[in-house]
Amino acid sequence: MSTRLATGGRLIDRCTTLKFRFNGKLMRGFAGDTLASALLANDQMLVGRSFKYHRPRGIVASGPEEPNALVNLGEEGTFEPNQRATTTELFRELQATSQNHWPMLEFDIGALNAKLSRFMPAGFYYKTFLYPRHFWKYLYEPFIRQAAGLGKAPKARDADSYEHSYAFCDVLIIGGGIAGLTAARAAAQTGARVMVLEQTAHWGGRAPVDGGTVDDTPVDKVVDSLIAELSAMDNVTLLNRCMGAGVYDHGYVLGYERLRDHAPDAPGPRHRLWRIRAAQIVTATGAIERPLSFAGNDIPGVMLASAVRDYITNFAVSPGDRTVVVTNNDDAYRTAIAVKNTGLDVPAIIDARPEGAPGPLATEAEAQGIRILRGKAIAKVHGTQRVTGITLCAQAGAGAPLEEIACDAVAMSGGWSPVVHLWSHCGGKLTWDDTQACFRPDVDKAPIGADGIANHRPAGAANGHLHMSTLMADAHTAGQAAAKASGFKPKTGAAPAGASLDEAPLMPVWRMPQGAAQDLRAKSWLDFQNDVKVSDVELAAQEGFESVEHAKRYTTLGMATDQGKLSNINGLAILSDALGQPIPQTGTTTFRPPYTPISMGAIAGEGRGDIFQPLRRTPLHDWHDANGAHWEPVGHWRRPYAYVRSGEKLHDAVMRETKNVRENLGLLDASTLGKLLVKGPDAGRFLDMLYTNMMSTLKPGKCRYGLMCNENGFLMDDGVVARIDDDTWLCHTTTGGADHIHQHMEEWLQTEWWDWKVHVANLTEHYAQIAVVGPHARDVLEKLGGMDVSAGSLGFMDWKDGTLGGIDVRAYRISFSGELSYEIAVKASQGRALWDALIDAGQEFGVMPYGTEALHILRAEKGFIMIGDETDGTIIPQDLNLNWAISKKKEDFLGKRAQERTHLADPTRWKLVGLETVDGSTIPDGSYIPADGTNANGQSNLQGRVTSTYHSPNLGRGIAMALVADGPARMGETLMIPEPSGVTRYAKIVSPVFYDPEGEKQNV
Amino acid sequence: MSEPVTALGGAQFTGTTTVTEAALTGMITLRGDLSAAKLKKAAKDATGLTLPSQGHIAQKGDAAIAWMSPDEVLLLCPYDRVGATVAAMSETLGDSFAMVVDVSDARAMFTLSGDATAVLSKLAPVDVSDAAFPPGTFRRTRLAQVAAAFWRAEDDTYHVICFRSVAQYVFDILKNAAQPR
Repeated sequence: MSTRLATGGRLIDRCTTLKFRFNGKLMRGFAGDTLASALLANDQMLVGRSFKYHRPRGIVASGPEEPNALVNLGEEGTFEPNQRATTTELFRELQATSQNHWPMLEFDIGALNAKLSRFMPAGFYYKTFLYPRHFWKYLYEPFIRQAAGLGKAPKARDADSYEHSYAFCDVLIIGGGIAGLTAARAAAQTGARVMVLEQTAHWGGRAPVDGGTVDDTPVDKVVDSLIAELSAMDNVTLLNRCMGAGVYDHGYVLGYERLRDHAPDAPGPRHRLWRIRAAQIVTATGAIERPLSFAGNDIPGVMLASAVRDYITNFAVSPGDRTVVVTNNDDAYRTAIAVKNTGLDVPAIIDARPEGAPGPLATEAEAQGIRILRGKAIAKVHGTQRVTGITLCAQAGAGAPLEEIACDAVAMSGGWSPVVHLWSHCGGKLTWDDTQACFRPDVDKAPIGADGIANHRPAGAANGHLHMSTLMADAHTAGQAAAKASGFKPKTGAAPAGASLDEAPLMPVWRMPQGAAQDLRAKSWLDFQNDVKVSDVELAAQEGFESVEHAKRYTTLGMATDQGKLSNINGLAILSDALGQPIPQTGTTTFRPPYTPISMGAIAGEGRGDIFQPLRRTPLHDWHDANGAHWEPVGHWRRPYAYVRSGEKLHDAVMRETKNVRENLGLLDASTLGKLLVKGPDAGRFLDMLYTNMMSTLKPGKCRYGLMCNENGFLMDDGVVARIDDDTWLCHTTTGGADHIHQHMEEWLQTEWWDWKVHVANLTEHYAQIAVVGPHARDVLEKLGGMDVSAGSLGFMDWKDGTLGGIDVRAYRISFSGELSYEIAVKASQGRALWDALIDAGQEFGVMPYGTEALHILRAEKGFIMIGDETDGTIIPQDLNLNWAISKKKEDFLGKRAQERTHLADPTRWKLVGLETVDGSTIPDGSYIPADGTNANGQSNLQGRVTSTYHSPNLGRGIAMALVADGPARMGETLMIPEPSGVTRYAKIVSPVFYDPEGEKQNV
Repeated sequence: MSEPVTALGGAQFTGTTTVTEAALTGMITLRGDLSAAKLKKAAKDATGLTLPSQGHIAQKGDAAIAWMSPDEVLLLCPYDRVGATVAAMSETLGDSFAMVVDVSDARAMFTLSGDATAVLSKLAPVDVSDAAFPPGTFRRTRLAQVAAAFWRAEDDTYHVICFRSVAQYVFDILKNAAQPR
């Protein structure tokens, strides 16, 4: 059994006991424990079930590479699935539950899958769920979706807050182990601004556990003094509990800081996403131990050798009473010695390497009386929910049993793989190290910065320097080189000298035993979480999935939440072997950020609740809000759709407002319309190019409606242009078009017509704009007084400056409703004052504010088009019978040549018409108008579609606008418009101008 | 004649830093050839200041000139003097190729006092360390999801400018970033 030892544990505080619950069961741990160490201390080795076969899963590792110990953490608003127990610091009242089993962890129905495992080989899903085709939708997909995913998705709203933080530094060190700290010191001594990110709560990485010396001082003491030295330096920022998550272009790095996962009751944000710009990056990310592939290596109790000694040294937790060590290298002997030193039993060290000169570690183990079995291997592990023993065999053979050894833990080591993930994120290449059997960074092919020069260096174990003897010098050099590359001058002086016990070379072991028979290979796990075994990868190779990227996706090797940190190298070694090619030729799959999963909350940062997205408010926003506005999002703006009175339905409000504009007086907040000031000697020429009609001939004081097309001829925006003076025009755009058209103008001025003398300024928000519309529009303005707004002084399509009610305004006599209408522009800071004055003065004229839906109906009654309704990016002005607004005189304008292309000049293009339903009803939005026959896909042919459709309260019937084949020539014809509900409507083709076709009302 | 009002009526929040919506400020966009003598004279006459270099703001009393782009600066002056200033500048510039336009009402402005560095570094991808961002430094950038500009007036005073329509959003994100923890 696993248990807490009576003494030791460098990271725990035995004075502080923490109660927590796992699957409802009360357990106790100490401050400083991880959830994994606390579970082991409570003899909870079984922590979950694997994904495919629901095999029992125990804790394997002690760090972020852990594939098995994933739990649901927290409840309700703090619930989070797939949290790794090995990186979860224990806190008081922690609640964890295990995943992927039913009804319970110890007895799981899904484990039947394991019995069927030989019928569920690699590619099972691809092979099985193909036929019959119609089973996919109703049977296979729901079934697979039900089975997919380990943890449950959270349902409650996240109770925590998150934030981003931007940081800048000369040298960023990722990894706060002995190498990272040494590199940081070397860089910081030059005066460079240095940041150090360490993913755990503790500095020093593995070094304090594994031992060694620096300049004859024990390495744990060296770590302490490095931290003291770095903490005292103003140019150094140390961040622990902060993982280097991803490396991106030009020295952009994401850091994921877990501020209070370990202290949930503390105030402040839970996670902080650091968005760092670093001139130079040093990855000192250490190395991860590889498992060995023997039968039953997934049974709870089989652990990485390094994890076993981590639990003993850091947490005083022994994973087992009798621990067999199995290895292909000397490093694992440290584990055997550590176990032995606790007084527990190590029945044997099974070393796959043949007899050879023992190194100092082997000598020490032997001196402690540990039995060392050289050239041997594990044939299979016994046990189901916990290891009970192993069968010994020769590494060279097929697995013939030699001896049974009883044990309750197995510590395995297949050698070490440098953590090259962050080096690889942004294009760093790898090279195969034959001696250590690992990929390591190819320092000659480093990621490069904006200047094309390397901006990234690996250091220490991450650079393949797995032993203290070379690690320290490598880290020191990397830190100095990074500082130098960012413009600082390194100090001279010797690098610190590291020393550790010599180690004999490892022997690559990818399969154990070497010639393992099929039944053993089918029980030798590579990917513990996704249940990929040696036999699966071999099958993939046999079936032709030769590329490592294909084999990965076919077998799902390395595709679990741990992203194959333990399985990838072993898997590609097996693949290489099956393909008969060397490992470097097979290569690795792509390393992608983040290094381990980061929370969605951290990505969202502050963006939630009220500040999820910027909301643009007009100066009249508060009035609308207080007066029943039903909001409609228009871009980031909110515009009143209608003002709903108490006891009134939304539709009723729209009808009331629409009628009132035609009968009395309406006010519209038109502040959101784009207002672009275009000025300069070439402004007229410029606008003639942008608009389809002529703007240069407009006289100062006059307005003109204009259309803007893109270079492909399609209509993109429309609006009224006013000429302010000789070289100044003010262009109104649609609400949604303001920013886009501003950019469009700047783009043409900056890229094509850079020598034209034109300046553009976006004045959209400088003005509030109020449309005063209806038969009493002039009355209310005259009542406010201050300027002459009579027909004689301010005619249709005129503008002029003046005052109204003592407020400076610019009045435009323009109409989007067909009524007598003025749009009054006023400085934003006085917008509300003018609005209030108009509401006040308008009472005697029956004033009502109206929203965007009334605006739509009013314009549709007049047959005015709306960008986004009648247009969709594929419509040209000619489709909308707007030929009158396309200049025939101009030599060129944007879109002119495009509109001459065959398809756009095609006379059979659908054209705009009005539709009147025969029964007066309203056609549903988005209706299609079918034609006879079907197309090649068996779908009904079409002859048109409805673009706008409303009930017009002024006409008392449904009206619509539609694009119809040869429409204008078919006036009076009745079209059939079927609905999905089965109802069929009949509508007559009419002119799109339903109301006041002569335009008498707006021109009074 | 009614009094002009700011977007948020002078809203204020005190957390790790104090965020205050500033009173209406005159803002004038000046575009043109920044090396032209007439343009420099127009700016100087209006503010008493010479044009700042890239990334900087020249300031004296309630007047300032901020560098916006290679052909654009932003002039600050008292709100009630904008009209006269624009007219005088236009007069000076005459028929030279330049634009002078009042943009005061298109903007909202906030003053941050206290430890604003930590607040801004949560919202803007800008190095606001003392070395990189001493007083007189001006940056057009973004705050979370919207365009903004800010400058450091004194060691512990920053001014932030944004569009008026997003004043509430900017106030809210500044407030959120300045929550005492």
